[in-house]
Amino acid sequence: MLTCKEFLHELNEFLDESVSAETRAELQRHVNECPNCFVIVDTTRKTLRVFKGVTEKAIPHDVHSRLMKALEKKMAAKAQPHAPPAQ
Amino acid sequence: MMRYDGGMAAMDPAPPAGAFDESVFVARARQGDAEAFNELVTHYERKIFRLAKHITQNDEDAEDVLQDAFLKAYEHLPDFQGQSKFYTWIVRIAVNESLMKLRKRKSDRTVPLDEPLETGEDTVIREIAVWDDDPERKYSREELANILDEAVQGLRPAFRTVFVLRDIEELSTEETAEALGISIPAVKSRLLRARLQLREKLTRLFKRKGDDVFAYM
Repeated sequence: MLTCKEFLHELNEFLDESVSAETRAELQRHVNECPNCFVIVDTTRKTLRVFKGVTEKAIPHDVHSRLMKALEKKMAAKAQPHAPPAQ
Repeated sequence: MMRYDGGMAAMDPAPPAGAFDESVFVARARQGDAEAFNELVTHYERKIFRLAKHITQNDEDAEDVLQDAFLKAYEHLPDFQGQSKFYTWIVRIAVNESLMKLRKRKSDRTVPLDEPLETGEDTVIREIAVWDDDPERKYSREELANILDEAVQGLRPAFRTVFVLRDIEELSTEETAEALGISIPAVKSRLLRARLQLREKLTRLFKRKGDDVFAYM
């Protein structure tokens, strides 16, 4: 059976399901038999779930306004790249 | 001429029906349609601002990054080959801008992103305790957002940046490595440490009452 240290090295691959069926079965066997690793898997999974469940906050209105103003200026400059020479 | 295609050559599959299809707006914006570019900005500005804030830990710097990233994207849009998603491209620009901010800070005492971090101590598990089934329900949405922000800010920059790109912005391991200019094994190793450290931090808040089990592995 895998040691806990060996299991922890593969934790991400186990959680992300990016291992072969054979390795996954071996990792799952460890989780089934080791109460500590069972808790680590469960709480790490919950950690990721909590982060994924948070939607991004709206950006402050003034930040959005300044961004759009800067872009408007850039777009206007691009539309008229050559100013007429001064008389 | 400078190209901002990020070297990501894989074509992305078509988005599901009803989802925001950025390729339509990118094509129109490349033909000079300013409104189409503004649509892309409006769609992604929250994510880019959040990403910049997570990396720079500073509202002012995050705003600078937001502006600089979209201005650069607009300027270099003719060079964008469409081989990667526009979103991945703008994230890469924003990451570069954010890292430049971090490096420019003279007073910054954080660990450089390319510093070797193989100390081995970061994967030590100190606390093992069962959580409530839905620990997030104990907090309001705002409280929870603050708790999570604080937990992420407590990570070292090298771990924080990888976690934000992989688990919050949902980039692939390869895209994260490309955006940060680090190897795939480094992304994997830092992500593991980041996840375990966040689990530890949140365990202190989310563990089931009376379940104070401490363990060293």
